[in-house]
Amino acid sequence: MFSQFLQLFLAGVAQGCVYALVALGFVLIYKATETVNFAQGDLMMLGAFFGLTASAILGWPYWAAILFAIVVMAVVGMLIERIVIRPVLGYPTFTVVMITIGVGYILRGVVTMVPGWGTETYSLKTPFGDAVLRFGGAVLAMEQLATIALTAALCLVLYLFFRFAKLGVAMQATSQNQLAAYYMGIPVQRVNMLIWGLAAAVAAFGGILLAPVAFVHSNMGFIGLKAFPAAVVGGFGSVPGAVVGGLIIGVVEALAGFYLPEGFKDIAAYVVVLVVLLFMPSGIFGETARKKV
Amino acid sequence: MRFIFKTDYAQDIRLFQHGGQVFWYGLLLVLLLAAPYLVSGYVLSQLHFICIYSIVGLGLMLLVGYTGQISLGHAAFLAVGAYTEALLQGAGVPFVISLTCAALFSAVVGVIVGLPALRLKGIYLAIATFAFNVIVEEIITRWESVTGGNSGKLLKAIELFGYRLASQESFYYLCLALTVLSCLALINLLRSPTGRAFVAIRDSEVSASCMGINLAYYKTVSFAISAALTGVGGALYAHKVGFISPEQFTLIQSIELVTIVIIGGVGSLHGAVLGAAFIIMLPQAISIAKGWLPDTLPQAGLQSVVFGLILVAFIIFEPYGLYGRWLKIRTYFDVFPFYRRGTFRRQRSYLRSERLR
Repeated sequence: MFSQFLQLFLAGVAQGCVYALVALGFVLIYKATETVNFAQGDLMMLGAFFGLTASAILGWPYWAAILFAIVVMAVVGMLIERIVIRPVLGYPTFTVVMITIGVGYILRGVVTMVPGWGTETYSLKTPFGDAVLRFGGAVLAMEQLATIALTAALCLVLYLFFRFAKLGVAMQATSQNQLAAYYMGIPVQRVNMLIWGLAAAVAAFGGILLAPVAFVHSNMGFIGLKAFPAAVVGGFGSVPGAVVGGLIIGVVEALAGFYLPEGFKDIAAYVVVLVVLLFMPSGIFGETARKKV
Repeated sequence: MRFIFKTDYAQDIRLFQHGGQVFWYGLLLVLLLAAPYLVSGYVLSQLHFICIYSIVGLGLMLLVGYTGQISLGHAAFLAVGAYTEALLQGAGVPFVISLTCAALFSAVVGVIVGLPALRLKGIYLAIATFAFNVIVEEIITRWESVTGGNSGKLLKAIELFGYRLASQESFYYLCLALTVLSCLALINLLRSPTGRAFVAIRDSEVSASCMGINLAYYKTVSFAISAALTGVGGALYAHKVGFISPEQFTLIQSIELVTIVIIGGVGSLHGAVLGAAFIIMLPQAISIAKGWLPDTLPQAGLQSVVFGLILVAFIIFEPYGLYGRWLKIRTYFDVFPFYRRGTFRRQRSYLRSERLR
């Protein structure tokens, strides 16, 4: 009984880590530009395809493929910011949200047109193999363990980056007050561009981690829609919130899939987000809003 | 150039501001009434869809364009209307009553969604409505004893006062009548105190509440009316398609509905109708254009790319949508040769943060 619970819990944590990675992308962009990027899931999909190209088609080793996908996606993210987002800077939030939805449509369509990618389903091989780890009666696949470990490592790197790197501090400043940051000599537009690059790189990382579990497909970006509840539950605009929210959603989903009737697994995330929004309108770690006229 | 010399306050809220409007809208109505005799059956079938999507677009425009509340869950109201209609028709209820019920039931659901909306703003509201959409879709899929689950539900032709509206023409007149009625209802609503309150809430919630507008009440009313119109659209949609199943009411559908509002032009009733016509004609235009492109391109992918590009291009280059473009063209000729590029320039507001500073 307990070992079964533990099993579900660990599987939920592994899945939650992927949600957390996508949610991290949302949060980074939201913090800096007050934009919610609905194309985050599609960026993840694109990242997974680049990883697939490098490892399966070009035959590169796994780590090189990850690096390749991250670098390419960082460039793609910066290009999206430069071409599409910057012209609408200062427009109402919802306008910018719609533009990212449009970007998502374009990315999804373009992927189906690229020869060698198309509408097929692919799987990505990992060096972790089929090894399993037994732990208190629960069985944990190495792939899941790797997902958890890599997510934790990435969070640590991001934390150190925001805490100590000059660029990270500049990004924090931009997210808190663009005008003040500008007066302090921070090139706000360039920082925004870099943040989009960073978010896209994180998305690529998430996509590659998800690939062994969910297969690489042009519609795999829809998993990003599950990451929304994660970001909202944690409170948009809070980096630790995104991780905690992702883990909550992942675990709740895994448990609901087993203990509740069929169908609850798919809506568990959304029920959780509605309940949280009802009682805490800005999430668990959200900043309290006070509107000034 | 036309000057409207106002001598009376009542002139401000007249249905038609001047004779030109009476003439042009009258002409449009005559053309629409004569359409079944002028166009082919295929075009008429597209006109059905344009009417239905116009009704839904009008409902969404009231919420997004006039009250300033975001909804990414309108496909759920569409589903509620469609399934209510299907169930009541199956039970033998006359069309007039079942349509009213579809509208009322959607409105009730709209109020239920509107309640949490009172505390939520901006993107949180968008995500709450989006979560609601997913939950409704799942309920429809799983509640097989009532909704038929994934195998869907079939609908028969409408019977109105003993006449069977099986032909394309009769259904077209029904859709057209309902579209015109919804338009008139919304125009009337928007020149009433309730409509003014909606606009005040959109422009500034704080100022609106200082002017004595009950935010909770008016937001709920706006959600209810918007949902009711969408429910009517859903009922007609169900009859038009003849078969409804959960996958017609997904988030993608909701996004498409919002796109009607954005492409048409946020904050104008004309925009809802223009946007609906645009969205319906787009797939046809794409399949025509596909004839000139290499065969290897997948249809679905191409459609998705063109749809995305149009959405992005409209927001960047024409934030006021199709109706805004028309206004610019008209103003250009109205004030010729004094039109200036900056006339319609949109004011940007940097750093209007919703977060604590």
